[in-house]
Amino acid sequence: MSALLEAQDLHASYGGPAILKGISFTVGEGGITTVLGANGAGKTTLLRAICGMCHRRGRVRFAGQAIENKATEDVVRLGVAHVPDGRGTFLHLTTEENLRLGAYTRHRDKTGIAHDLERVFGYFPKLKERRKQQAGTLSGGEQQMLAISRGLMLRPKLMLLDEPSFGLAPLIVQDIFRIMRAINIQDKVSILLVEQNAELALDLADTAYLMETGQVVLSGPAEQIRSDPSVRKAYLGY
Amino acid sequence: MDALLHQVFAGLASGGIYASLALALVMIHNATNHINFAQGEMAMFSTYIAWSLINIGVPYWAAFVATIVISFFAAAAIERILIRPVEKAPVLTVVSVFIGLLLILNSVAGWIYTYTIKSFTSPFPSEPPFGNKFVSSHELGAIAIALFVLVAMYLFFRVTPLGLAMRAAAENPASSRLVGIRVGWMLALGWGFAGAIGAIAGMMIAPLVYLDPNMMAGIMLYAFAGALLGGIDNPWGAVIGGFLMGVLENVVGALIGTELKLTVALVLIIIVLLLRPNGLWGHKVVSRV
Amino acid sequence: MNTTNKSQLLIALAAIAVALVLPFVVPDYRIFQLTMVLIYSIALLGLNILTGYNGQISLGHGAFYAIGAYTAAIMMDKANAPYWSTLPVAGVICLVVGFLFGLPALRLSGHHLALATLALAVALPQLLKYKHLEHWTGGVQGINLLKPDAPFGLKLSQDQWLYLFTLAVVVLMFVLARNLIRSRVGRALVAIRDHPVAAEAMGVNNAMYKSLTFGVSALYTGVAGALSAIAVQFVAPDSFPLTISFFFLVGIVVGGVASIWGPIFGGFFIQFAPNMADYLSKDLTGAVYGVFLLLFAYVMPTGVVGFLRKLASKSA
Repeated sequence: MSALLEAQDLHASYGGPAILKGISFTVGEGGITTVLGANGAGKTTLLRAICGMCHRRGRVRFAGQAIENKATEDVVRLGVAHVPDGRGTFLHLTTEENLRLGAYTRHRDKTGIAHDLERVFGYFPKLKERRKQQAGTLSGGEQQMLAISRGLMLRPKLMLLDEPSFGLAPLIVQDIFRIMRAINIQDKVSILLVEQNAELALDLADTAYLMETGQVVLSGPAEQIRSDPSVRKAYLGY
Repeated sequence: MDALLHQVFAGLASGGIYASLALALVMIHNATNHINFAQGEMAMFSTYIAWSLINIGVPYWAAFVATIVISFFAAAAIERILIRPVEKAPVLTVVSVFIGLLLILNSVAGWIYTYTIKSFTSPFPSEPPFGNKFVSSHELGAIAIALFVLVAMYLFFRVTPLGLAMRAAAENPASSRLVGIRVGWMLALGWGFAGAIGAIAGMMIAPLVYLDPNMMAGIMLYAFAGALLGGIDNPWGAVIGGFLMGVLENVVGALIGTELKLTVALVLIIIVLLLRPNGLWGHKVVSRV
Repeated sequence: MNTTNKSQLLIALAAIAVALVLPFVVPDYRIFQLTMVLIYSIALLGLNILTGYNGQISLGHGAFYAIGAYTAAIMMDKANAPYWSTLPVAGVICLVVGFLFGLPALRLSGHHLALATLALAVALPQLLKYKHLEHWTGGVQGINLLKPDAPFGLKLSQDQWLYLFTLAVVVLMFVLARNLIRSRVGRALVAIRDHPVAAEAMGVNNAMYKSLTFGVSALYTGVAGALSAIAVQFVAPDSFPLTISFFFLVGIVVGGVASIWGPIFGGFFIQFAPNMADYLSKDLTGAVYGVFLLLFAYVMPTGVVGFLRKLASKSA
């Protein structure tokens, strides 16, 4: 499996103290990589650093291109969909407008967009019901579905997902993870998933990284990480 | 009764102009949370550009279109050059930049064109339409153009992907970047539209009030009052507020004297801010602490 | 008294000494200009208390300046009141008007407050022309006044006397302002500006403080307005165009926001900036103010005082 995204010695900050202190990782083409870690380990910053949403230093390559100096919108235009922390919903716009914005970079492709809308409605029928509703009135779970769908509308090569399980009921979380796998397999979208729910994330991913205070402390195939005794104790609870 | 009806029509004509300016204010306010205090002087300067073009023999409608295009690019350039560097600065700095711009535009207009008032051509016939005695052709034309502008802007924002992107950029810049929108350009575009709409408003009001560098102070006060009345974050509210303000101004002026017209706007602004700070149709602003 | 306080006191005394000598060494028209500098600095001090220390932006202080000026003019013209007695009256009237205006305005912040105050400054000149007020205001014609003579048979010209009188007012007003700002109240004002919610939580009555600040600020500007009427010997609606309010804003930004000394530099700037425009054209006066406002906003947001402080701390 060749690397779609590759970061080397990546440092990041918000102008103050360093949040990422030189980390390296890869996301394989067609694979699912997960980054685990406690609150404040720097997981969200890691995703933001890829997209140029914070100060960064180091090397990041995406699909063979150096992107460490690119602005957020240019990284996105290469095919990186970032489903952010907090979901980033456009609260005053309708569900459909939110989705259409996801496809903004190819807004002339009207038939393609219509087709993609049906596709995400296939994944998340709830969103079809809410199509004309203001997105701010959607439930947390629906907003998370909307955020993932918005990312999908870009027709991305890579999706960055920031804690999609956060604050949601277990049944909804299972649903969302099931669809993430479908997206990975059917739409051939590679995924970089940041999660606190280690159990679920390790089920889904093929590769895993464990972060502590801005550094990678452990990495390897998901199965191997799952059986690591310290991970089991600290993150899986058995 | 006839006199009152005439005042109402005159009020709708100036109201359409206030509504356009109020819409321009809303556009910039929604994108950046700033009130563009220089909006009026920008419109005034645009109107002088139109006057110059007409004066050297350009036909009216050609000058009209050229002025709109020039104003669009000038306003977008102002955003990129003057406003961008202070986007995240304290409010006082931002207000200072607006006032600085206002002072410069006002004074340069006076320098180039002098402070003597100039008459400005109306593109509409001088006889009233259909021989009626309530409304002049210019008033009717100004109302029509204002409505045309408002409908065109509405369609732009509702129907086109670019309009949608501008609304998105105004609401949530960070998320907008994440779908590939160039937020900086959306702000410049918003300023461009505000400049263009202001130019139209200036060219429509100038035949009624004459052209001079200080013509816009009072007009902007009515536009501000209209925008606040309707809700400065709601385009519809601001537009309706602008029309209401125009009618109110003319009727009050006729009833209790023209020297009190501006005071009425002042009192209205204070009452609105006191009783309904978000205006009649504005969104309630909830701030996190 | 610590060393900064001591050195500040020394600077202040030196400045007063220079100011006392000036009227005896410069020609009369210069004395008049310097009087205007002093008057502007009082007005700017008022605006600075509001905008600099309390963070409320006013684009309408020209209105309080006008109210102060008209108060003095009407008292002297209609009631033959002595010129000095008009200052406290103008101050109190502006205090009340400012406080009342501050009541609704304090619910606003930033741009919206600026807008409300701007509306006041736009509307006032037209209101002064209102026919039912004409009996007092003199309508469009305005009111002419006589310049006061020096009292007690002092051998001073009218300009010299008015300058010294104004200087005394300036010293008084600045000492009062300094004490206010260094007091508990002053700290509350700054707390409201920087952390409104925390200030409220600590038991500061934000609403009351903000309205009162508005009143005190208007008082200062009103006193300055009264002095200006006496110095210029004339008031009319067109003496108070909107640009005066803007020039005040320029004055505090150029002088230095939230500083006691800033208004003095600001006063010099307002008085002498038009001279710079004269090299080009009188019509460009507004542009000169505008360019300086932009320049300071971008490059030196702390104003002249901030610049001097930086120099001092570098050389120290």
